[in-house]
Amino acid sequence: MVEWTEQERTIITTIFSNLDYEDVGPKALARCLIVYPWTQRYFASFGNLYNAEAIKTNPNIAAHGTKVLHGLDRAVKNLDNIKATYAELSVLHSEKLHVDPDNFKLLADCLTIVIAAKLGSAFTPETQAAFQKFLAVVVSALGRQYH
Amino acid sequence: MPRLTYKPPHDCLLIGIRTKQLANRMSLTAKDKDTVKAFWGKVSAKAEDIGQDALSRMLVVYPQTKTYFAHWQDLSPGSAPVKKHGATIMAGVGDAVSKIDDLTAGLLNLSELHAFTLRVDPANFKILAHNILVVLAIRLPSDFTPEVHVAIDKFLAAVARALSEKYR
Repeated sequence: MVEWTEQERTIITTIFSNLDYEDVGPKALARCLIVYPWTQRYFASFGNLYNAEAIKTNPNIAAHGTKVLHGLDRAVKNLDNIKATYAELSVLHSEKLHVDPDNFKLLADCLTIVIAAKLGSAFTPETQAAFQKFLAVVVSALGRQYH
Repeated sequence: MPRLTYKPPHDCLLIGIRTKQLANRMSLTAKDKDTVKAFWGKVSAKAEDIGQDALSRMLVVYPQTKTYFAHWQDLSPGSAPVKKHGATIMAGVGDAVSKIDDLTAGLLNLSELHAFTLRVDPANFKILAHNILVVLAIRLPSDFTPEVHVAIDKFLAAVARALSEKYR
């Protein structure tokens, strides 16, 4: 069981309540596909990913980025039970989507960078620690059902 | 759970060769180097501040890294030893930018220092690099585009490889 301090809970819920999903989601996913190009392997059917500009303006990627970010909402609402909350999603990513779980961390890192750019100096070391802890728990839960 | 697939010995050898091939092919392109140098021009004035912030974050977000600094009185963000050391580290990064065409040769002394004296586990280079990237995103949100991000990430990984050269 993951232990969360009151401060960590506040930090995480505050970040998500002030989040512009339609901005951050697309930016995080696009950044992941650009910085770690091998992750494009999962998006072969999404259209033009030939260069950074194409990725940044691809509407399918944008829509998917928003979707993925909203996927984190359930974790935020169930901080004390993320593992169980994501059991089904984990099976989906393993059995249907066949995503290498190492990729979850890559997307998490890009999301951290995008949030950092948005929040600026408000993204203090303590905020970064709480946010990265949250993402680490999510990443672990998503990889849990792989076999 | 990690996938448990047995890799027979000859696969291990092939993986080793392949990794080396990939490392050579994953080296910095001319475009990467130009991007790094241009971006460094924008940050060099704030280098000390960036170093201090990145190091502070690393010590808070990855507490295991504090084990290398047990000899400091104060490990809190912005403390005197953190400030000084952050500046030292970024001076090294700046030096690496100037030697970007041959990092292995250029960082030889630093590699020996890290290998024989400091003995920092190379996994920590990645951790520090991540925190440098976070600080760059905070300080220069519009300049730290995905294209710049990938070039800087590759560069810091190349620096880490050069620093690890003398380890074994």
